[in-house]
Amino acid sequence: MALVFYVAFDGSQHEADVPVGSSVMDGAVNNGIDGILAECGGAMSCATCHVYIDDAWVSKVSAPTEMEQEMLEVVSNPKENSRLSCQVTITTEMEGLKVHLPESQF
Amino acid sequence: MKSVVIIGASHAAVDAISTLRKKGWSGKVVLVGDEVPLPYHRPPLSKAYLQDQISEEKLLIRNEQFYQDSDVTLMLGRRAESINRETHSITLDGGETLAYDKLILATGTRTRYFPIKGGDLPSVHYLRTKADADRIKTQLVSGKKILLIGAGYIGLEIAASAVKSGCEVVVVELADRVLARVTSPEVSSFYQRFHAEQGVDIRLNTGVQSMEVAGAAYRATLNTGGTVDFDAVVIGIGVVPNVELAEDAGLSCDNGILVNEFGATDDEDIYAVGDCSRYHSLIYDRKIRLESIPNASGQARTAAAAICADEIAYNEVPWFWSDQYDIKLQTAGLFEGYDEVVVRGNPSENKFSVFYLKAGRVLAVDAINSPMEFMIAKKLILAKAVLEAYVIRDMSIKPKDFLG
Ligand SMILES: Cc1cc2nc3c(=O)[nH]c(=O)nc-3n(C[C@H](O)[C@H](O)[C@H](O)COP(=O)(O)OP(=O)(O)OC[C@H]3O[C@@H](n4cnc5c(N)ncnc54)[C@H](O)[C@@H]3O)c2cc1C
Ligand code: FES
Repeated sequence: MALVFYVAFDGSQHEADVPVGSSVMDGAVNNGIDGILAECGGAMSCATCHVYIDDAWVSKVSAPTEMEQEMLEVVSNPKENSRLSCQVTITTEMEGLKVHLPESQF
Repeated sequence: MKSVVIIGASHAAVDAISTLRKKGWSGKVVLVGDEVPLPYHRPPLSKAYLQDQISEEKLLIRNEQFYQDSDVTLMLGRRAESINRETHSITLDGGETLAYDKLILATGTRTRYFPIKGGDLPSVHYLRTKADADRIKTQLVSGKKILLIGAGYIGLEIAASAVKSGCEVVVVELADRVLARVTSPEVSSFYQRFHAEQGVDIRLNTGVQSMEVAGAAYRATLNTGGTVDFDAVVIGIGVVPNVELAEDAGLSCDNGILVNEFGATDDEDIYAVGDCSRYHSLIYDRKIRLESIPNASGQARTAAAAICADEIAYNEVPWFWSDQYDIKLQTAGLFEGYDEVVVRGNPSENKFSVFYLKAGRVLAVDAINSPMEFMIAKKLILAKAVLEAYVIRDMSIKPKDFLG
């Protein structure tokens, strides 16, 4: 388990214990955290699981694949630290990971 | 206390539950489903799960805690036998009745059976449920011969999974091309080439007439006169919507349970969502029944919101995906009725997209390893945008700039 912090667009913060090996997206949907739709259930097909990785954590998270990068280019309001949360797998080094949710997934 | 009863425990049901609670439904929520496991993702059954790349736990749409947190009464492994509209109740297998204030039918589809001589041999499979996938998985062993009847998405995805497991794969298809029901000849020929390169033997214009035991394995006799020997066969010739509960209760059905833009049937206390339902699409101005997760989820969210007195008409662009080998197909929209096909990019590079236009209006787009085109296509279709073919073909124009 790793404790993950999800910061909503309005600044409110939710936390969830997410099992190692599952994704940041899994952690959100299993804990009823709003703002991540995950329409494709993690198949990297929908881009409705967009999050921003907190600056302090960017270096500890693996880099996106080319396909993910392309999808991220066309999400609403993409930034340098944008990721599809279904592609970010929790490892033991991620205790305390913080991600920020976008205003909208569309 | 008021009660929402949901029949069918799968993709649509999960989104209905989460929306009901998010929108403040404080009454009971009861989930009745005839499959035993907690609701699980179906798409991986022909893909990652069949290739043993994901665990049973990862297959769950939500973990057990979610149902506890959502205060859902789970009645799994139970079948609903009938709906009694006068008494606002349903009857379960075993005769027990369950009262509802609002009922959501999320009964989905079942596999279409192929009546064929030898169709009851032990090595004949269909793929709809996790239990089906678990049985098929044991057959995908290196060196085994796998026969697939039907070259739709599921047949081709199983072909790709079987090849990855080291099997010898033959696909027979009655039509003159693969994926004939869901895409254009341009995309079909791409998949035919790609599968052939991976070693799949695709036989078009070919049907199976009978199957029989042949030594330690089996033999299929084809309508072309030849035979194919195999260790296991998976039949994928489509699905049938589960409408009988609704039909027997007198609700209007026509290739799906008919619903309005909020998911309600003729009975205002009964909703139908997901693969089992058919609704009037505002985008295409006709009735459509979709077999897709995003639609099941979207319709479920709409119906659950309506139950919570938050009525927002359902108006989402249909979309689909299929993963075969490392090729990702994402389809936005429905292509029926197109009068012009425009290919963007080069199919030989395994990265291209196909735009289907009608009088210039973008009806649908198939995007192969082209997620940007797919994402923009959804927006173009919703806006009923008109695009010129030369603009679509011009790779120096970014998909983003199609939006104008
Ligand atoms: C192998 C496979 C791969 C797929 N891949 C994709 C993909 O890549 N992308 C995509 O978008 N879609 C895919 N699909 C389609 C997708 O799974 C369906 O669109 C989706 O499951 C529909 O969800 P649903 O909740 O409407 O119905 P279903 O998932 O069909 O669930 C209905 C449930 O209701 C139960 N039920 C029916 N009648 C009763 C009753 N009387 N009492 C109790 N329970 C009942 C059924 O047993 C079933 O469990 C795939 C499907 C399969 C089988
Ligand atoms: S859940 Fe669909 S892309 Fe992440």
